[in-house]
Amino acid sequence: MKKFRALLLVVVLVISSVLCACGGKSGGNIKVGVVNNPPSESGYREANVKDMEKVFSAENGYDLKTFYSLKNDEQLQAAQGFITEGVDYLLISAAETTGWDDVLKKAKEAGIKVYLFDRMINVDESLYEAAVVSDMAKEGETAVKWLLDQNLPEYNVIHIQGAMGSDAQIGRTGALDEQFASGKMKKVVQQTATWDEAEAKKIVESVINSGEDFNVIYAENDGMAKGAVAALDEAGITHGVDGKVIVMGFDCNKWALRELLSGAWNYDGQCSPFQAQIISDLIKGNKTTSTKKIINEEKGFDATTLTQSDIDTYGLGD
Amino acid sequence: MKNKKTHGGLGQLTIPIIALALLVLFNVVRDLIFIYYFKDPNYVSFFSIEFTRNNLDNTVLAGNLISIINGASELAILAMGMTLVTAACGGQDISVGAAAAIAGSVFVKVLKSSSSINGGTVAIAFVSACIVAMLFGSFNGTLVAVFKIQPMIATLILYTCGRSIAYWINGGATPTVNSPIITAIGSFIPGIPIPTPVLIVIAVSLLFKLIFKFTSLELFTQSVGINGSAARLNGINSTFIKLLSFIILGVCVAFSGTIGVSRLGLINHETLLLDIEMDTILAVAIGGNSLGGGKFKIGGSIIGAYVIQMLTITLYAMKVSSTDVKAYKAIVIVLLVVLGSPVVKAKFEKVLSYLGLNRQSISTKGAQ
Repeated sequence: MKKFRALLLVVVLVISSVLCACGGKSGGNIKVGVVNNPPSESGYREANVKDMEKVFSAENGYDLKTFYSLKNDEQLQAAQGFITEGVDYLLISAAETTGWDDVLKKAKEAGIKVYLFDRMINVDESLYEAAVVSDMAKEGETAVKWLLDQNLPEYNVIHIQGAMGSDAQIGRTGALDEQFASGKMKKVVQQTATWDEAEAKKIVESVINSGEDFNVIYAENDGMAKGAVAALDEAGITHGVDGKVIVMGFDCNKWALRELLSGAWNYDGQCSPFQAQIISDLIKGNKTTSTKKIINEEKGFDATTLTQSDIDTYGLGD
Repeated sequence: MKNKKTHGGLGQLTIPIIALALLVLFNVVRDLIFIYYFKDPNYVSFFSIEFTRNNLDNTVLAGNLISIINGASELAILAMGMTLVTAACGGQDISVGAAAAIAGSVFVKVLKSSSSINGGTVAIAFVSACIVAMLFGSFNGTLVAVFKIQPMIATLILYTCGRSIAYWINGGATPTVNSPIITAIGSFIPGIPIPTPVLIVIAVSLLFKLIFKFTSLELFTQSVGINGSAARLNGINSTFIKLLSFIILGVCVAFSGTIGVSRLGLINHETLLLDIEMDTILAVAIGGNSLGGGKFKIGGSIIGAYVIQMLTITLYAMKVSSTDVKAYKAIVIVLLVVLGSPVVKAKFEKVLSYLGLNRQSISTKGAQ
């Protein structure tokens, strides 16, 4: 079955390359093959895929080929296919961090330059040109620094975590855990809602029902922050800019930023899916890098300083 | 016939009621320990219910018990439908979570494509969600009833692809809808202190009650479940009854999906009612219904749903880490299911008769 699928993939790729050649339009364009996770994975990925398609367009002088899968072996086959077909650049956001050695070596032999985006792979640095990634730990640090800057008399925090073990969870939890350990902030409850909005609501509800005091909700993504806020609303607890409880989320969905703009939430940390422009600049030589790992710069938005144009520029989805 | 049914029914409800009573007892003991032993002045009883004013300035009920009956709403509605499918087909639909994500997506899609959100458009959106869920239900039902595929295998198809389909409908990861009507459906109607999802559960269970009262659906479903060919020989169209059970489950799915979406005014196709199919099947099992089909009691499944939710909320109140909650839940459920098994029941009755306490009537009927 797997062999058949691989064969099918090769056939499709060959046919499509023949068709492209017939078109003759792609003659001088830079051929880019992108191996990514499917847009249905998350709002982040959706924005990521759209961004790739926008930057590596024919108008910008690119000939883009894409393959989306959540499965590492399918991604490997697709990358193999792109190499056989002879692309100029291979861009990869791998499903898993292992198993890529052979394929990347083959790419190197074929003179194809490899860029990693969003996710690192466990291979020797010499096998790729650069990796453009987010620093999740820094996202947490930025958020916690913002929280400390609020100079609250005391910090009683409800911490709602994402799926345990995921990069985003580990990174965004780290900085806050340090504060709990140092005693500067009090951990009212620390629970994982595994990115599930409804679960986040239940967790906050149970804290409210137990009568415990809290003044900060630190949710590791926007959806869980929304769930937490729903629980606050039902219990008649004010939140946001002039409220009793500070609400913090991550990911910068457009709808979440609108909550900030209306003052219902206080903070939203960005997890930027926009790596395409950086890679394009590197390919075209508009930009050079001294290190292999490039950290994609990410912002944190404060409800009191956020503007509509920020939402238009940095917001994900609609 | 009638007489037999009431007898079996009482026996059937013993396990879920005992489970519920044990959970209540556990929390009473915990309350007493905190109040009289630790003398914690800030401790709020697990059972305390109070009126608060929510942020929309409505007076509403709040407390753990409210959280339980409110939070279990989707589960309770799905459990009702699942009981019917289980009884008729002797198997379970494992695609209800995915199907609810589809129904919820349709609901959001229709709302987003209409110019304004008002009572009419919400009704249209719900009816559309209902129709789509019924279509997917009849897809499952056809595979099971007409092509005689094992229910779990047949519904595995939708379980696998359902959430992708839900994604295609809106084309975005987390579309949101904001409207006072949606908030009213998902949390509270102004002026009514009881959460709306609870009212919907009551309405749906009344609906089932009426259907069973005025049609022979209950009897037909049981006979198809007990012996399909015998039922057919008696003139019951067993294919139709099985198909119908899936379509009715579809309606339940639409209700659950709509509630789930309305709670937050947001649909996340990946997390909406995630893993609820397993809890639903558990609710049916805890309710004392045979997962092999045949006789059933919808009331048992509803209590089963509340048992599961009460267990979760109890664990949350004790600040058990939510990653561990599933493990604790599993332990309790293993105990319940083993206690409810025919082997243990038979042994228990033997002990009772040895002690001379046996009620003659139950004996072997429960085991079948």
